[in-house]
Amino acid sequence: MIKRHPEPVLWMLFSAGGVVSAMLLPVLVLLFGVAFPLGLLDPPDYAQLSALLANPLTGLVMFSLCALSLFHWAHRFRHTLYDGLQIKHLNEVIAIVSYGAAVAGSTLAAYLLWQLS
Amino acid sequence: MGDRITLQVARYRPEQESEATYDEFEVPCPKDWVVLDGLNHVKDRLDGTLAYRWSCRMGICGSCGMTVNGEPKLTCATFLSEYAPGPVRVEPLRNFPVIRDLIVDIGDFMRKLVRVKPWIVRQVEKPLSAGEYLQTPDELEEYKQFSMCINCMLCYAACPIYGLDPKFIGPAVIALAQRYNLDNRDQGAAARMEVLSEHEGIWGCTFVGECTKVCPKHVDPAGAIQRYKLSAAVDSMKSFFLPRGA
Amino acid sequence: MDQNHAYTAYHPRWLRPHVSTYWWLEKPAYLAFILREGSCMFVAWFTVYLLLLLRAIQQGQAAYEAFLAWSAGPVVVLVNIVSFAFLIFHAITFFQAAPQAMVVHVGHRRLPARVLLAAHYAAWAAASIVVFWLLTGA
Repeated sequence: MIKRHPEPVLWMLFSAGGVVSAMLLPVLVLLFGVAFPLGLLDPPDYAQLSALLANPLTGLVMFSLCALSLFHWAHRFRHTLYDGLQIKHLNEVIAIVSYGAAVAGSTLAAYLLWQLS
Repeated sequence: MGDRITLQVARYRPEQESEATYDEFEVPCPKDWVVLDGLNHVKDRLDGTLAYRWSCRMGICGSCGMTVNGEPKLTCATFLSEYAPGPVRVEPLRNFPVIRDLIVDIGDFMRKLVRVKPWIVRQVEKPLSAGEYLQTPDELEEYKQFSMCINCMLCYAACPIYGLDPKFIGPAVIALAQRYNLDNRDQGAAARMEVLSEHEGIWGCTFVGECTKVCPKHVDPAGAIQRYKLSAAVDSMKSFFLPRGA
Repeated sequence: MDQNHAYTAYHPRWLRPHVSTYWWLEKPAYLAFILREGSCMFVAWFTVYLLLLLRAIQQGQAAYEAFLAWSAGPVVVLVNIVSFAFLIFHAITFFQAAPQAMVVHVGHRRLPARVLLAAHYAAWAAASIVVFWLLTGA
């Protein structure tokens, strides 16, 4: 009987999050973080962006991006604190805080995208 | 350049001291000498009390692993001339307790290795009359790389996770478990999964990748571990969603 | 071979060197590893940034304009430039790692790792182009 613990699922979420964040976040940072604020390119106007986000496919992609990226962060953050900085005695607290934050963020993303659709 | 080089060799004499010290020895440095030749010269002619392990001197027995200038190396496969003009710092293999001088205790690895059953496990044995287990070259290719492991434990010395948490089962053990899991003659994958899916099994690994870099036999334990993580995770999903008959 | 390591005259004390908390500064490869893991902080930061953007859009045009104005502030831009660098680093190291986990068989042959790597980069380029076009062209 294999002991059931959540590591395999959390690792899958971490991997999936790693892939989607690697694929989509760089271009989004380039646009919304650098190009639009610095005026190098024109940002989309409000109507365009709302229409884009109202599309269920975009909504799904955005939700997956936000949720999986947060779980990617949570898993890596927890492991780095444990291995890198050796904060072993707080292991459970860190796990709850990081995965909890990921769940909270994912819920917020779902709510906002639902409101926008 | 010159034809001599200085070896700074770590010494640990538990009956005399409680810390490691360093002794310096000047040894010849011909082009074809490896670090092991230097150590043998020290033992033969300079200081017979130096204690270290070696055997085949050709990179197949896995006995002579030590830390050379901070890197885990097989001393029989590391040329002295690479480090000219020196000095060359020779220390025991990292992350293992030191018994004496350059000798470390490898009991932890040996105990962990046995736990993953590194042999062909059959649930149904074929009778002798049925002949040999057949294997095509493609089936051999599936696991051949992982069978190259010589148990030298350089990967354990390089792995920071093992250094920080000695309960981690470690790269070589997982690679060897994979060698049997991927062998088409073996039927023991489920038994090994129990051991490997523990918290300090494969899930302790964070894919630093140093194990693969230092492996003298190009086994790629990091690759073995990541592949196993994927198959274990898929297995876990299957058994969750399809509890029976997965 | 017991675990207790009782110290007697016939079993002298073994030396167990302690691993320092700053182990990751000892080798460049270890430092690169910690930086790679650290890139996840920027993944989280930018995800929060996206959530703030979504909230602004949900609140209306004025909130969206206000968000755009805030995002042009020097500190935010600087953080995002650093984030961009780290996210590129994250993508490159992740794509380097991913093919090692996946062994894809086509018939009897294994796809070489560089084919998988090329596929990842192609997908990255395609996704980036689509997003770019959606947000600037359309």
